Amino acid sequence: MDISIRIGGAAGQGIQSIGAALAKFFCRSGFHVFTNQDYMSRIKGGHNFYQVRISELPLSAALDEIDILLALDQNSIAIHHHVVRETGIIVYDQATGTADFTEPASLAIPLALVATEANGTKIMANNVALGALLGLMGQDLAGINDIIQQQWANKGAELVRQNIEVAKAGYDFVLNHSDHRLAIPPPSTKGYLLLNGSQAISLGALVSGCKFYAAYPMTPSTGIMVNLAAQAKKHGIVVEQAEDEIAAINMALGASYGGVRAMTGTSGGGFALMTEGVSLAGMTETPVVIAEVQRPGPATGLPTRTEQSDLLFILYGGHGEFPRVVFAPGSPSQAIALTNKAFDLAEKYQIPAFILSDQYLADCQWSYAELDTDSLTYTDYRLRNPELEKLPSYQRYQVNDTGISPLAIPGESSHLVVVDSDEHDEDGHIIEDAATRNQMVEKRLFKKLRMLRKEIAAPELIGHRQPEILLLCWGSTYGVVKEVTEILEPDHSIAMLHFSELFPFPASEEFAYLQLLDQASQTISIENNAGGQFAKLLRAETGFGVSTLINKYDGRPFTTTNLLGELNEFLG
Amino acid sequence: MNSWDEIYKGQRPAWCPGCGNFAILNTLKKVLLEEGIKPHQFTIVSGIGQAAKLPHYTKCNTFNGLHGRTLPVASGLRFANNQMLVLAVAGDGDCYGEGGNHLLHAIRRNMNIKLFVHNNQVYGLTKGQASPTTTTPTPTKTQPFGALSEPLNPLALAISLNCSFVARGFAGASGLPHLNKLMKAAIHHKGFAFIDILQNCVSFNKVNTFHWYKERVYQLEGSYDPRDRAAAFTRCQEWGDRIPTGIFYQCQRPVFEEQIEILNKTPLTKQIFDFEKAKQEVNGFS
Repeated sequence: MDISIRIGGAAGQGIQSIGAALAKFFCRSGFHVFTNQDYMSRIKGGHNFYQVRISELPLSAALDEIDILLALDQNSIAIHHHVVRETGIIVYDQATGTADFTEPASLAIPLALVATEANGTKIMANNVALGALLGLMGQDLAGINDIIQQQWANKGAELVRQNIEVAKAGYDFVLNHSDHRLAIPPPSTKGYLLLNGSQAISLGALVSGCKFYAAYPMTPSTGIMVNLAAQAKKHGIVVEQAEDEIAAINMALGASYGGVRAMTGTSGGGFALMTEGVSLAGMTETPVVIAEVQRPGPATGLPTRTEQSDLLFILYGGHGEFPRVVFAPGSPSQAIALTNKAFDLAEKYQIPAFILSDQYLADCQWSYAELDTDSLTYTDYRLRNPELEKLPSYQRYQVNDTGISPLAIPGESSHLVVVDSDEHDEDGHIIEDAATRNQMVEKRLFKKLRMLRKEIAAPELIGHRQPEILLLCWGSTYGVVKEVTEILEPDHSIAMLHFSELFPFPASEEFAYLQLLDQASQTISIENNAGGQFAKLLRAETGFGVSTLINKYDGRPFTTTNLLGELNEFLG
Repeated sequence: MNSWDEIYKGQRPAWCPGCGNFAILNTLKKVLLEEGIKPHQFTIVSGIGQAAKLPHYTKCNTFNGLHGRTLPVASGLRFANNQMLVLAVAGDGDCYGEGGNHLLHAIRRNMNIKLFVHNNQVYGLTKGQASPTTTTPTPTKTQPFGALSEPLNPLALAISLNCSFVARGFAGASGLPHLNKLMKAAIHHKGFAFIDILQNCVSFNKVNTFHWYKERVYQLEGSYDPRDRAAAFTRCQEWGDRIPTGIFYQCQRPVFEEQIEILNKTPLTKQIFDFEKAKQEVNGFS
């Protein structure tokens, strides 16, 4: 069973609340769910859709073909009716649309009328639609009551009761007016949870001891700030909306200097403003975690859409030379783990650490049986009392074998903590002499990089162990490439190599992936950008040039359907 | 050994001989001694410019960051440690030019930060270009036809934003006892305290010289009421033949960090992270 439901309408029509309720319903019922969103940069009007894919098997991507289209306006019918499968159905309201075709099947429901006849109000029409969708899929409606209860709880018991009634009316309407049913087998007994990339990065920050988050709102990164703000009181986190991204990163650095784990988040344009602050973190050796949730550029680009076009920017953003780590999780569960690792390495090595996400990862929900916390770590690397106070002297930039100087907290002892954006001596004071400069570059950059390289995990290989065709990907394309690999593997010698830890670039000692690349007859880098930035990085770091690039730069994510289509010509 | 210049002895200053910065630095050291503030008990956050080198020339915790970014770093530090005395030291280009937006919002937040701006009406470190407070139409190498923009009135700006403490000092010898009092008042003020300190630049400002200021500067009279915002706005417009100094405006406003409940008992930096509780949040996510 593999069912996709697309809810289309204008911004402000509530398609997100219908989609979210539907996803939650099936997840709790014991189905795997994958959701993705396509929305415009406007609050009202235009055209948005929310897609929910349901299966008994784990899902990691979206399809282009759908089984049910819920069209809340005529525009949605016009745009999407051609992707509804022959066996599928279009549900619409005759007050807002017409279906002037015989295939696929369609069902008109006067949503507002059904709502008012069930003693509800017109505004509850969305729950009529929700009930109708569950009717078409032959579900037991009882499970929706809790979800409606949660959605409407703060509006009072009476409204909750009315909305439940209204959903029932939508459900009954389908039972009475349509024989169309989608075959859905009974679910497994166990329910799943739903997690999107924004929530995952927030959870990762929270579980890593992040105590301060400063940011300036920017789609699609704002979700992280919203989620952390919701947890602020419970977990003792200060979340501050800065006046701009420059302030945001400098506040994070000030807080980190003050002794707390600190983070900021933004999208490409905001990160452009942060770059001097990244360089400041590099020079002052102040730990900081930066989430960059990419959207298509240049400039304002497509503000609510997706792209992987800031990889090289993140690798090199910031003047001067200093170490950093860059992680690009491929799924929400990876996002938790890598955010945790970013905080750990940022403090261990006193460097900026990056989480590279994008709109697609940020907004897509994946279903999980449970979230793994066993592999998460927390180590406080700071030099605190009583050890700090006992030292006869303290130098913030003490030169030693590791390049990692003790990180003390100002005010905690009688020792002074002096940091400087100028080149400085071991005490943190301004210098200009060549010998000290060389010593500091050696300490700050070379010594740390040598150790950092050993922290980086190898890329993940999925599929054939000695593949003829090797698909290369990084970050958020993990799920779709994985699904495509799994579909093709029975008939082809194919595998995928996913890079989630991008910098320092993974060494080939632990896992000789370069050998796999050399032996494959086709190496295809699949990237949600125009320039093949990962392929360039791979070449720069290893000298290996891929044979083919598959790029998508229309602001939309790859789907299983379109990636299979793109790969077709290479399969032979 | 207990004199101010011994206790707060720092690096050897790289300022020009005769620079007004020396007098501000020494006044600050005296204030710290008189207030009993030990070197490890305070942090100076600065940006870039001649003034921004000041923390190196005393003995203290220091974050010498980027040009214009003094106040965001100072704010972050206060979020992390609301028991730390945080002084922000900047120049007129640093604070009013590059960091102008941060100044607006730092005043709005009203965090417990003491901002001392060394205002010599010119760029010193980059050698004599017009600053936001340069008098029109002074010609410079980068403005050969004169600095044409209206000079910023930092006091008027701060008062318009209802900054909770707005003062002007003068770094000439005659103004130092007064500057000492202003700095102490700023340190004791609850909230954001801002002192614009007039100083000479011996190398690049040939108009607003030490003598130019000395002839004009006077202290606001004893009967002046700094609680009167309208009067403050009027008096801060006075510039030219006579230049008033003193506390122009002071009011009580909620201090930003005091309104954050989780900071009420223990500074963030001293709060122990409960890893197990945080893991439960992940485990319990639904």
